[in-house]
Amino acid sequence: MKVVVFTKQTFDTEAKITLDDQGKINPEGVSLIINPYDEFAVEEALRIKEKTKGEVTVVSMGGPKAQDVLRQALAMGADRAVLITPELEEMDEYTTATILARAVSRMEYDLILGGWRAIDDGSAQVAGRVAEILGLPVVNMVIKLEIDGGRALATREIEGGSEVVEVPLPAVITAQKGLNEPRYPTMKGIMQAKKKPMEKLALSDLGLTAEEVVPKVRALKYFLPSPRAQGKIVPGEPAEAAAALVRLLREEAKVI
Amino acid sequence: MNFDLPEELQDIKRLARDFAVSEVLPTVDADDKAHRFRRDLVEKMGELGFLGCVIPEEYGGNGLGYLALAILAEEIARVHSSLRIIFAANTLGPAITIWRHGSEELKQKYLPGLTSGKLLGCFAMTEPNAGSDVASMKARAVLEGDYYILNGSKMWISLAPVADIALVYAYTDPSQRAKGMSAFIVDMKSEGITVEAITEKLGNWSSPVGTITFENCKVPKENLLGREGQGFAICMQQLDNTRLASAAGAVGVAQACLDAAIEYANTREQFGQPIGRFQMIQDMIAQMCVDIEAARLLTYRAAFLKDKGVPNTLETSMAKLFASEAANKCADYALRIYSAYGYSEEYPVARFFRDAKYYQIVEGTSNIHKLIISQDALGYRKANRSS
Repeated sequence: MKVVVFTKQTFDTEAKITLDDQGKINPEGVSLIINPYDEFAVEEALRIKEKTKGEVTVVSMGGPKAQDVLRQALAMGADRAVLITPELEEMDEYTTATILARAVSRMEYDLILGGWRAIDDGSAQVAGRVAEILGLPVVNMVIKLEIDGGRALATREIEGGSEVVEVPLPAVITAQKGLNEPRYPTMKGIMQAKKKPMEKLALSDLGLTAEEVVPKVRALKYFLPSPRAQGKIVPGEPAEAAAALVRLLREEAKVI
Repeated sequence: MNFDLPEELQDIKRLARDFAVSEVLPTVDADDKAHRFRRDLVEKMGELGFLGCVIPEEYGGNGLGYLALAILAEEIARVHSSLRIIFAANTLGPAITIWRHGSEELKQKYLPGLTSGKLLGCFAMTEPNAGSDVASMKARAVLEGDYYILNGSKMWISLAPVADIALVYAYTDPSQRAKGMSAFIVDMKSEGITVEAITEKLGNWSSPVGTITFENCKVPKENLLGREGQGFAICMQQLDNTRLASAAGAVGVAQACLDAAIEYANTREQFGQPIGRFQMIQDMIAQMCVDIEAARLLTYRAAFLKDKGVPNTLETSMAKLFASEAANKCADYALRIYSAYGYSEEYPVARFFRDAKYYQIVEGTSNIHKLIISQDALGYRKANRSS
């Protein structure tokens, strides 16, 4: 079983987000991690590999820093990595999905895994778009995955419960929290990762030009949530204070 | 000259931090207050390869070396100093010493267990009346047939109450002074061993410590490390290594103090602004930053020399002395910044303050390191000898 996993490097969940002079998100000094949902996908791929004696290829898009994410996946046990550095000023989900689909179409694969969304922009579009381009079935937000011959049995979260769906392989499956508990890389794994192949591709290596992947969506503006206003203490005897509180909730906060 | 950590060491730093934050931090306060020793964390460190970082692959390690070890020790101590003691005592006590001086049988018998965490080892040199003056120890080992008969009492032995084996130093020929000391691997389940835990101590509450008494304890003669009489040299070499891990641990505690101090200085408001805006707080933060950076660089250099395989007693002493004092200064400053909240047990700063003290005492007190450094500088006694 050959499994391809999409991994994205994102801001640390605890990073403090700021905007720069141009109103763009400021990446300076922010620590970067593997997108946690993608980490579930890597772990699932490794479990499938261990059961089926398969092979896991991890793919990421980004600059040289994104190699950290790929090295982590290799240290966890993936076999090879592909880093695509398109060097484009503007990108959207169409851009990313077009490039990733082209990269995957050059590989042998039975299954494509990824996180159901990235924790930074949270668009939850890329995996679905890749499936569409490649003409594959897609199952989103999977919390349990069984591979049986040429089929995948996937349990996914739906409102108020779960749903079990079956799809033929190859397919695109996206991971939701709960799918598994990702392993740590071991020190031995970290050393072995250095010797594993990491292919580095530019847009032209995939036979694509910047014009073919011009984004269709552009972000107009970023803004931070307004800081939380100071709390207010309503003084006085309980009965009077309660009455004052209800009045404030109705007239000032307008929530009741 | 290159100050960049190689990629794999950056990855190991990240792994150690992830491990400490995800596995240790959530329960650290509760564990520490309960004086709870976490054997499960020892095994987890074994699985990840931490315990095998200076042992070659053929014996269950990964041979990543001393710089890796220093990074691990720092990141572990940054979250829980007690766990750092457990990590280092096992790895740099019996494990590395068996690998260096043990027979092939001893290596096969003990190293896979010590590197995986299935076995836990301690080392025993200190005695009630032999601290800094190690050579004044009284423990005796007398060869009778196939066994050495061990008698004596060891004190302040980290992990004594929980260890499976111990690296024990004792005199086989006291008339030869230091040249009559020998080193042994002792199974802690042997007859004639009594262990008493020392339960009341200032800090590092989750790292058990105790007294070991040997009364006619039979140690198989094949458990001798090296030859008779090599014990003191083995001991000094071992201390050189455990000192590195102590230096790194002190850097970790100092960093924890700084992390906490910055967080508090940015959130605590007095006189209408965060206290970090006051210059006297800034002065303390600046001094902490510089001390930590300097301590870390000294520690990394000592580790670098160890990986290179050249004498490094002097550099290791400098790192250990500076880092221990830095940890105590940082703990003091963090407590001043937290003030009454630092004095309470509500925040971890009080724990850092207690734990930091340990580093000025173990593996050579700060005064012993001053002796080593100054006597080398004055030309009285060269610190780096290639023996």
